[in-house]
Amino acid sequence: MAVVLALALKAQTDTLRVGPVAPVSGKRGEPVTVKLDLKLANGYHLNSHKPEDPYLIPLRLTWDASVETVHVKFPEPKHERYAFSDKPLSVFTGDFSIVSTVKPKNAGFGVLTGKLRYQACNHNSCLPPKTIDVKVPADIR
Amino acid sequence: MRRLLLTISIAAMLAGCGSGPSSVRAAIKPVSARKQAPDFELKDSTGKVVKLSDFKGKVVLLNFWATWCGPCKIEIPWFVEFEQNYKDKGFVVLGVSMDEEGWEIVKPFIEKHKINYRLVIGDDATAQKYGGVDSLPTSFLIDRQGRTAAVHIGLVSKGNYVSDITQLLDGSGAGSGAKGAD
Repeated sequence: MAVVLALALKAQTDTLRVGPVAPVSGKRGEPVTVKLDLKLANGYHLNSHKPEDPYLIPLRLTWDASVETVHVKFPEPKHERYAFSDKPLSVFTGDFSIVSTVKPKNAGFGVLTGKLRYQACNHNSCLPPKTIDVKVPADIR
Repeated sequence: MRRLLLTISIAAMLAGCGSGPSSVRAAIKPVSARKQAPDFELKDSTGKVVKLSDFKGKVVLLNFWATWCGPCKIEIPWFVEFEQNYKDKGFVVLGVSMDEEGWEIVKPFIEKHKINYRLVIGDDATAQKYGGVDSLPTSFLIDRQGRTAAVHIGLVSKGNYVSDITQLLDGSGAGSGAKGAD
């Protein structure tokens, strides 16, 4: 039992990873583009930003108040069938990227901070929803 | 030909290894290996406090689940059926929802899925008492003396549940204690 739970805990820790984020530069109040490269553990899927079932938790990227969010662009979701669902689910799997355009409100060196919320499952179980802090080095003039 | 079959078998095994954790089903433990299931106090939809110890003398299927968990939804009609079929034999299903939004989201879900068994809203403290409950569904089968007799992590077959429940109800569930994966 302890071994099983330890494995489950490790699986949760490693389920979704955000790759190194390239620094951004720009002008205060002008749009800058941030790209997040994500890697989901093999065998898992997470709900896309537009799951059909209202009970499912969508993938969300939100930025803090220091920026104005202009746009968050998700890749085209896959529609995959799983044994536990009558209908195909709108999901992301494997490696994928989210591209977001924001307008920084303040000038200076610093970081743009956001939160990525997701909920992942495999073919027979689900992990609790999780939020990852996103930090993007920024040089804003 | 034999080599080809062997290669296919190995490839299939490796593919299986890469598809995430499989469900884990612990067979019914022998009585001597069972430990007392931790007691807890959680509220049902009417605000009434429900304790695990309230069900002493009954076989309890304690199911940790959530409305956002697809595999959990497969089990719900089974549990509805178990509650109906085995209620008179001293069996009860107790669902512990791990939904952060609580009754606001769970109450409409109960109505939609016509859930006939008792539900409470779980919390981290209760989950910790049961080893963290890091993935859903996770179910514990508790014997009439309040001891954990089996654990199912992930979706397992309805037949496994039926087998375990009937063993515990008729008192024959002494099992070998061996673990198996579905």
